Amino acid sequence: MPPRYLLRVTEQPRLAQQNAAVLLPEPFVRWFGQKGWSPRAHQLELLAKAQGGQSVLLIAPTGAGKTLAGFLPSLTELANRPKRKPGQARRGIHTLYISPLKALAVDIERNLGKPVEEIGLPVTIETRTGDTPSHKRQRQKLAPPDILLTTPEQLALLIASNDARRFFEDLRYVVFDELHSLVTSKRGHLLALGLARLRAFVPDLQTIGLSATVAEPDELRRWLVSQASPGAMSELIVVAGGAKPDISILDSEERVPWAGHSARYATPEIYREIKRHKTTLLFVNTRSQAELLFQELWRVNEDTLPIALHHGSLDVAQRRRVEKAMGENALRAIVATSTLDLGIDWGDVDLVVHVGAPKGASRLAQRIGRANHRMDEPSKAILIPANRFEVLECRAALDANYLGAQDTPPLVNGGLDVLAQHVLGCACGAPFYADALFDEVRTAAPYASLDRPTFDRVIDFVATGGYALRNYERYARIRQTREGLWRVSNPAVAQQYRLNVGTIIEVPALNVRYVQAGSRGAASRGGRVLGKIEEAFLETLTHGDTFMFAGKILRFEGIRENECFVSNAPGSDAKVPYYGGGKFPLSTYLAEQVRAMLDDPQRWKKLPEQVADWLRFQADKSVLPKRDDLLIETFPRGNRYYMVAYPFEGRLAHQTLGMLLTRRLDRAGAKPVGFVATDYALAIWSLADMGWMFKNRKPSLATLFDQDMLGDDLEAWFADSWLLKRTFRNCALISGLIEKRHPGKEKSGRQVTVSTDLIYDVLRSHEPDHILLQATRTDAATGLLDVSRLAEMLSRIRGRIMHKNLEQISPLAVPIMLEIGKMPVNGDADETLLMDAATLVEEAMGPEMTD
Amino acid sequence: MNFSLSRATLIAEADLVGIAGERAVCDRRGVLYFPDLRLLAVSDLHLEKGSSFARRGALIPPYDTGATLLRLQAVIADYQPRIVVSLGDSFHDGGGAERMHESFRGQLEAMMAGRDWFWVAGNHDPEAPADLPGETVKELAIGSLLFRHEPSKTRIEGEISGHLHPCARIVQCGRSVRRRCFAGDGGRMIMPAFGAYTGSLNVLDRAYAGLFRLETLVAYMLGAERIFAISGSMLRPG
Repeated sequence: MPPRYLLRVTEQPRLAQQNAAVLLPEPFVRWFGQKGWSPRAHQLELLAKAQGGQSVLLIAPTGAGKTLAGFLPSLTELANRPKRKPGQARRGIHTLYISPLKALAVDIERNLGKPVEEIGLPVTIETRTGDTPSHKRQRQKLAPPDILLTTPEQLALLIASNDARRFFEDLRYVVFDELHSLVTSKRGHLLALGLARLRAFVPDLQTIGLSATVAEPDELRRWLVSQASPGAMSELIVVAGGAKPDISILDSEERVPWAGHSARYATPEIYREIKRHKTTLLFVNTRSQAELLFQELWRVNEDTLPIALHHGSLDVAQRRRVEKAMGENALRAIVATSTLDLGIDWGDVDLVVHVGAPKGASRLAQRIGRANHRMDEPSKAILIPANRFEVLECRAALDANYLGAQDTPPLVNGGLDVLAQHVLGCACGAPFYADALFDEVRTAAPYASLDRPTFDRVIDFVATGGYALRNYERYARIRQTREGLWRVSNPAVAQQYRLNVGTIIEVPALNVRYVQAGSRGAASRGGRVLGKIEEAFLETLTHGDTFMFAGKILRFEGIRENECFVSNAPGSDAKVPYYGGGKFPLSTYLAEQVRAMLDDPQRWKKLPEQVADWLRFQADKSVLPKRDDLLIETFPRGNRYYMVAYPFEGRLAHQTLGMLLTRRLDRAGAKPVGFVATDYALAIWSLADMGWMFKNRKPSLATLFDQDMLGDDLEAWFADSWLLKRTFRNCALISGLIEKRHPGKEKSGRQVTVSTDLIYDVLRSHEPDHILLQATRTDAATGLLDVSRLAEMLSRIRGRIMHKNLEQISPLAVPIMLEIGKMPVNGDADETLLMDAATLVEEAMGPEMTD
Repeated sequence: MNFSLSRATLIAEADLVGIAGERAVCDRRGVLYFPDLRLLAVSDLHLEKGSSFARRGALIPPYDTGATLLRLQAVIADYQPRIVVSLGDSFHDGGGAERMHESFRGQLEAMMAGRDWFWVAGNHDPEAPADLPGETVKELAIGSLLFRHEPSKTRIEGEISGHLHPCARIVQCGRSVRRRCFAGDGGRMIMPAFGAYTGSLNVLDRAYAGLFRLETLVAYMLGAERIFAISGSMLRPG
């Protein structure tokens, strides 16, 4: 099999062959000939545009030879470069390649090294990542390679060093791999600022962006070039998708569950498919699901097929072993999460199974692209919905994929916390004038609309914290010279900066280490490390609890400093760790598709019979929501009254809606007790009869769901929500207000560090308009709370709320009602829990205990 | 507000705790009040912690001293104590009192006026705070009580100390709740840290080993409206 970036001659248009001879240097043409291959049209087109001095965005599906295309301009130019004469100064970096994953950079080094060697090019290629030893980094500074493969964080570090300008003075190209995934996060903001800096060093720098299909290519095209002339865009090359993927939804003979995410019912059927194929990649949405599915599969694995587990919390060595085994085709199946999402391909995968709903259709497309990395052969994939709503979602995703629909999240304005980090980084590199840096920053697309007063506040923040109480002038990190140049006050500032660079915030997690059962870790500290688990989950465990991790059932033995000790445990009633991140809400596009499907009984024919029956029952007992309507059902049950709303706007937006509605219902006297939110629906329960209240317009649903809830109610809730505190923590860390926790340094303990929660409280009550709080609110509104999506929904449903007051629960309400009690109650009920605990003590011990 | 009335209400509503025969109020704001002595104890104010960090390059908001003093002012106004004991680490470092903004100094002096004020020496502030009234002591014995910064290794009945910043954690309904707390076993009491930027350390941590009679240990966890007295057996480490 040829490497995936090349194609056989027969498939090549003749025109391209003629072009090849013109564009490609002779050794390349000869090499292609020797191999019996020839370059693809889009590779040559990109080369032509680059040689014409343009920056280019290449959008192509996996397997289209993007990587070689991205490097052809550099390789051809380097091939024609005259040899360095003895005594001539060393040349700097020619091409910088930036990828979101360390592993990807390493992968590229391997894949690119081979043709370079075979063509006989005098080109040096090296990686520089967090794993690169310091002596190699030092050497790279003195003798830079021609092509440097690195990550956004390493670029930020290089820019902050005082020889940055010299290091990059010969730079010609920057290649961004997986650009679509880079640009949507704060990492992308930092990278955009880094690119602006590189452009300041080398004004005629060219960029090449490699991306999977995206909804708005123009956003990426702007990202790649200077926005000094507003709206400027790079050139665009789009390669049409290859063969249509062959996707099906598992039509299970088992009963599809009402609720839950495990898809346990389908395990035997999944196993049957694994046996039928050479190598199966099984994708799940969360690490918890990965652990569960892995356990379930091994329970039925009668033939002891080699089935492996791969997710981001596992020990690195363990992950590398799995990846290696994959590359050698030694595995029959791998259960994985998004750590394997991006364009790394190993081995011969011939089936992708997606367990759980695919959430965003474009994620699905990419995951399916994993199978069979040749464009001309259809990829094969099976979707396994975990519950009935997911059946609808899978169906919608499937239709969307055939339509080529894409729904990458829209790009947002660059974060001010990221800008603060960059400003300090620039100062660490070389002194700057505020005017010049402002102009430079605005050439970066995410910061194109940044205004000067905000920029000046960011500088002020970097210098002295930017507080109205100007107490810290004498501790300033950067100071202005008499000529107006900003420079770092002392070398310690730069040192501190280097330790805190980057925008990736790790959730506090502990190493999980094997010990002898019952030893509580004291005796045998030498056991193997299995990976990391988040502190928040471990806090809920007591000695002797069992849980699933790294594909094993483990017994919790105790915590000592930053390690969690575990031993092997028999038994099946194990808990599953939950993880803070990794859950993606239903995309807007898919949500719309699901609503449309519910509204169109014709389309139910494509659904499994049991699911179609469920919808028919719903039509019979209640009603199905119209495509643009919001259905709200109310019904009594037990000694509670329930309201279930079906906005289909994703868990985050529903959670926010739940918080806000609960406040309003409380004011209206409904005595709400709790709520639960899923991707599809929201249920609130109360002591008063909400059905009666809405019918008698006390309040009316229109009033209850009025958009004005996004005003004062939202602001009031912001005040002490734990979500806001978490967001603030990220902003504080990224902006450099406080230092990141470094492994090994954590022993100092809680009483020494200042918690960001405390800082948040103090800052909010003393300077609510501080720039960091401003950044926090913006982040929370777009991220955790999904306020913008909620706002769109509230405006969409005005005058379109359909209320159904029922005697009893409806079929559509069953899934969310089953979630009640299963999910931890969200948010701010701590006091109630404390009350319960204190009451227990009083009941058990009598009041004299507290006397 | 009528002082005597508010004081009476506060005491009637709060839980009275016995320490070596003395009765005390564990106030949910983190201070200890002995009504019979009209003595208010507060621990680990860590004033000027913000500026202490700023000196080392972490420019955290300079509002902690103001926030801490404001809360202290409120409890002093409520209880109108005759004696105030600040149990050490009143300032985050030796230079703290000197760095303190003029307005804060004024605020503090106004609070101190008309009462006996004791600065117990702490490990962060072993010396007397610069240019402030009040008496600096290593420890202070009043009646059956002994006030000192660090809890002593050998048991002393009636010892009131701070230093460790106790907090307690419970797990209820699969959720973990952590709060600052008073930790007492009827004989000695360790007070929570009062300062706005002070962190906390779980009472089950090794640092507390041997300090309490475990069978009578109670964590008085600070709630938004009241104190929650939680028996030691329900507490979780971490």
